[in-house]
Amino acid sequence: MRGIVFDIAHLLAGSLVLVSLIQLYQDRLTSLLRVFAIHAIVLALSVGWQAYIQGAPHLFATALLALGFKGIAIPLVLHRIVLRLGIHREIETVGGIGITMLAAVALIALSMVVIFKVTPGASTLAREDLAFALAVILIGLLMMVTRRNAVSQVVGFMSLENGLILAAAGAKGMPLVVEISVAFSILIAFIVIGIFLFRIRERFDSVDVSTLDRFRGGRQ
Amino acid sequence: MRASLLLYATMLMPLAAAALLAALPAYRLSSLLNVFAALMTFAASCALLFERPAAGVYFLVDDLNAVFIVLTTFIGFTTSIFSASYIAHELETGKLTPLYLRFYHAMYQLLMFAMNLALLANNIGLMWVAVELATLTTVMMVGIYRTHESLEAAWKYFILGSVGIGLALFGTILVYLAAQPAVGEGLPAMTWTVLIANAAKFDAPLLNIAFVFLLLGYGTKAGLAPLHAWLPDAHSEGPTPISAVLSGLLLNVAIYALLRFKLLMAGNGEAFTPGPLMITLGLLSLLFAAFMLYPRRDIKRLFAYSSIEHIGIIAFAFGIGGAVANFAGLLHMTMHSLTKSAIFFTVGHIVQAKGTQRISGISGLASSHPMLAFAFALCVFAIAGLPPFGIFTSEFMLVTSTFAKNPWLAGLLGLGLIAGFGALLLKLQAMLFGEASKGSKEPTATLIPIFIHLAIVLMAGLYLPPPVVAWFQSVARMLG
Repeated sequence: MRGIVFDIAHLLAGSLVLVSLIQLYQDRLTSLLRVFAIHAIVLALSVGWQAYIQGAPHLFATALLALGFKGIAIPLVLHRIVLRLGIHREIETVGGIGITMLAAVALIALSMVVIFKVTPGASTLAREDLAFALAVILIGLLMMVTRRNAVSQVVGFMSLENGLILAAAGAKGMPLVVEISVAFSILIAFIVIGIFLFRIRERFDSVDVSTLDRFRGGRQ
Repeated sequence: MRASLLLYATMLMPLAAAALLAALPAYRLSSLLNVFAALMTFAASCALLFERPAAGVYFLVDDLNAVFIVLTTFIGFTTSIFSASYIAHELETGKLTPLYLRFYHAMYQLLMFAMNLALLANNIGLMWVAVELATLTTVMMVGIYRTHESLEAAWKYFILGSVGIGLALFGTILVYLAAQPAVGEGLPAMTWTVLIANAAKFDAPLLNIAFVFLLLGYGTKAGLAPLHAWLPDAHSEGPTPISAVLSGLLLNVAIYALLRFKLLMAGNGEAFTPGPLMITLGLLSLLFAAFMLYPRRDIKRLFAYSSIEHIGIIAFAFGIGGAVANFAGLLHMTMHSLTKSAIFFTVGHIVQAKGTQRISGISGLASSHPMLAFAFALCVFAIAGLPPFGIFTSEFMLVTSTFAKNPWLAGLLGLGLIAGFGALLLKLQAMLFGEASKGSKEPTATLIPIFIHLAIVLMAGLYLPPPVVAWFQSVARMLG
């Protein structure tokens, strides 16, 4: 019984890392958004499983929020924005996809080494969840750094937040305050992003952030 | 009872004002209301000094955050006075519309609320939420002019700020995990008072890794090099009152968060001492920013880099630790906040008078606007660390206490200070003298807040009242 409980938790957390990797090699925005939806759904399953095994019903709320808001609503809205702007084909990366993937693998290894080294005392469940969560966070970060497109940077940011929620859910008994606040802040963050995307389009007819860089011109 | 009422007033007044200002269309009335709300918040926070509520589950007032909260509400108040005159000018020149102004005032009060919440929180999760809220409101305000540059700055700030805040949350979760076996699950494991009291029993390796994430996360918010990339853009492209609040207050909130976590680390015997890390980042920021002052061509970017320099000095001081260096750090932080916000007030007036932010476009200030030039020169002397201003006192204390501990570090510190000093005086000279550039119209704005700040900084340099000294000393002892 104990064994299968752990195995399912690890399977789900590990899948989240895998989906993070899949996000990295998407070359179209629409498919990237689809993969992000899967990312959020896997997160919802993982948090839901944690809620079940920890007997913490408030975590179900977090899981539902992840599913409804990030798994369905946001991808749909972003999809519409992307289609309306006519930018669904383009993803410009800094450096090649191959190098990015290699870097991601290195980051996963790094997070395993770091977390396992510092948490010999913690329970196995928390430890491995934390290692996976750190990997997801770092890959999200990598995605933000290597993408030029504003929409894919936002997706990178949201998968980073998914990693954070995975870590928070894995921390046994962490008060509800934090989960709600995380979800809430994503909501706010999304409003901000929405406004920004709107403004960027209004000004430049493009959401490629390198257009923004041009305007710095000779300013120091 | 009365004390906890004051505590809630400090936070709820800005929040209520934000709601009211969002609904109020008349901009003259709303800028007055903004000043009034800021004044009342300042009054409530001063009253908190005398009547302190006992630490609750969510909120806490002690010597450490009292320094920050009084400073924050005071500068929030003086900035609102400056903002009222500044914003009227922006409206006249058509850079902002009345609708945006409404948004601006509501955001200003929301930012005050977020900062007060972050400072008063007795819960690491709540503090994180407040810092996130403060970040989001400032992002909105930096982008308010909707020019290419301000959008770029806001976007960059948003992305880097969110990454920082994400790393800080991960650190927060790790602190909870480290505390949970010792103090049990749930709220206690996130409460500052419980955490600090039980720090010795926490899992040290986990605490170490947590601090690294917290330092990176909150360090990004504080603008420590090499995590400072958002700072110059955000300062130079937003409305000037926001630059003043960003530099004078929001950076302090991040430093406050780091200090609390440093206290936690100090309470655990097996965890590493965070001092050397803070010294390294501080020194890096100081040296980098001091030399980056020379090639600056934009007046607001110049002082943004100067903020990085001073945040570096503050982090350095707290990293050195000990009674004298901590005292110097606290004093420096207070003096820097007051002086830097005064500088941004003057810069706001100068930019409005000359119609440009380029240093090459601002010459002959002494002959075209003598009073403004006088105030500006005094401010720059103060920030460059000339006696008899307060920044000289704190820098002097820091250099001497560092010299006693490690002469090499003191040498590097001195190098940074002198380099920054030279750059600022060079730029000041270029702006004050020479042929007066055209486009000079008389600024209508008030210079009163500038002189109030300067008077306090001068006073601190000449004579610190004994109660303030005693207060700062007790905080310095607390910080270890």
